[in-house]
Amino acid sequence: MREKAKILDKDAIARTIIRIAHEIVERNKGIDNLCLVGIRNRGVYLAQRLAACIKNIEGQDVLTGSLDITLYRDDLALASGQPLVRKTEIDFDINAKNLVLVDDVLYTGRTVRAALDALVDFGRPKSIQLAVLVDRGHRELPVRADYAGKNIPTSKDETVEVRLEETEGRDEVVIIEKG
Amino acid sequence: MNWARKDLLGLEELSKEELGLILATAESFKEVSTREIKKVPALRGKTVVNLFYEPSTRTRVSFEVAAKRLSADVINIATETSSVKKGETLIDTGRNIEALKADIIVMRHNFSGAAVMLSRHVSLSVVNAGDGWHEHPTQALLDIFTLKEKLGRIEGLNVSIVGDIAHSRVARSNIWGLTKLGARVTVCAPKLLIPPAIEEMGVNVTQDIDEALKNADAVNVLRMQFERDGETAFPKQLEYFKEFGITMERLKKAKKDIIVMHPGPINRGIEMSSAVADGAHSVILEQVTNGIAVRMAVLFLVAQANEKIKNENTD
Repeated sequence: MREKAKILDKDAIARTIIRIAHEIVERNKGIDNLCLVGIRNRGVYLAQRLAACIKNIEGQDVLTGSLDITLYRDDLALASGQPLVRKTEIDFDINAKNLVLVDDVLYTGRTVRAALDALVDFGRPKSIQLAVLVDRGHRELPVRADYAGKNIPTSKDETVEVRLEETEGRDEVVIIEKG
Repeated sequence: MNWARKDLLGLEELSKEELGLILATAESFKEVSTREIKKVPALRGKTVVNLFYEPSTRTRVSFEVAAKRLSADVINIATETSSVKKGETLIDTGRNIEALKADIIVMRHNFSGAAVMLSRHVSLSVVNAGDGWHEHPTQALLDIFTLKEKLGRIEGLNVSIVGDIAHSRVARSNIWGLTKLGARVTVCAPKLLIPPAIEEMGVNVTQDIDEALKNADAVNVLRMQFERDGETAFPKQLEYFKEFGITMERLKKAKKDIIVMHPGPINRGIEMSSAVADGAHSVILEQVTNGIAVRMAVLFLVAQANEKIKNENTD
């Protein structure tokens, strides 16, 4: 395990989130009918940051929830890599909303697939869009991001680690080389 | 920490951290039952067999609901109508269930240690739903979960357990779980219903119900099984209620917010008055609701651990 490169630092992450917030508002022509749902764990904090930026832009709160997809994974044994099944907290009706799903890294697309299955159990949004801080390629399913902070071409031997103030005590995105 | 056990046999063998993990997982599962679609696909394609050698409705139904909310398929075997009547041994029954490619056996048995024995002879997961006088781990877990939900913690609480301690697996599992998590436990019963050397489990013992209620944050009232006494039951019931029954008068002398629990089914007018059972102190029906979340967590954790064990063996 070796840290190969820092892709984004604190300021770059902040600017990226502001840009995505603007894109979300622009694409949805305002925030009427909009809601954000972050995927546990880091997607939740990114969704909260996006919500704060959107409030700065539009002067209004946007509905924000969090989703744990552990129970929707396609491999039970893989789920055991997760230390704990966490709570899903979506305290509003998602029916007929434009819902933006938020995650830190888009990789195989399997997490997003599980999240889509989970959301279907909560209702029928008008649309579901996907916002990620980093898209690192190597998709195994037909999934794409509507809003991507940064596209980072990676090899499968590498991992992309998003570290956030709320979880790791600092904001940065790094590439780690395995082996 | 990660859960690594393929079985849940009792609380005695669990660490404080493992208990904490089950409780935290149950907290997340509770939300599933509040959804409009009360189901997640976590155990889709898994088969859970409820194998009950003793009559039970509430525990069996609770496990069945829990398994179905996880999308597992559930088979119920009541042994009165099965090959057990033809003399099949427990281990043979277990191996046959394994040959059906089931994944989890939830077992209630009248012999202490039955679940432990079964778990050693099968590679599928075994969840103990009560074995003799030994343990009833999921009942204690749901009691502890309910207490934690109500009072925010377990550490430092005073919990009294009242009733037939000697013949109660619920009492034993509660004592293991509560003491490991740092609660102070008092047991209260007529002398004949207190097992010898119970103090060695780290509990206080009293035969005075007012003493047991005095500093208690919660009282867990066990079911008295007088129906086994036949004709002599009625005078004993009256006497028991007079000496040990939980009434509003007795609760007035206790802490203002004391919590009253009961694993069910309640004998009204024997273990407690109706006013107590239906009153503001009672969390009896919340226990039933929480039982689903706790059992979902247990089924999920053992299935996940066993899947991992199997994968490691084939690698």
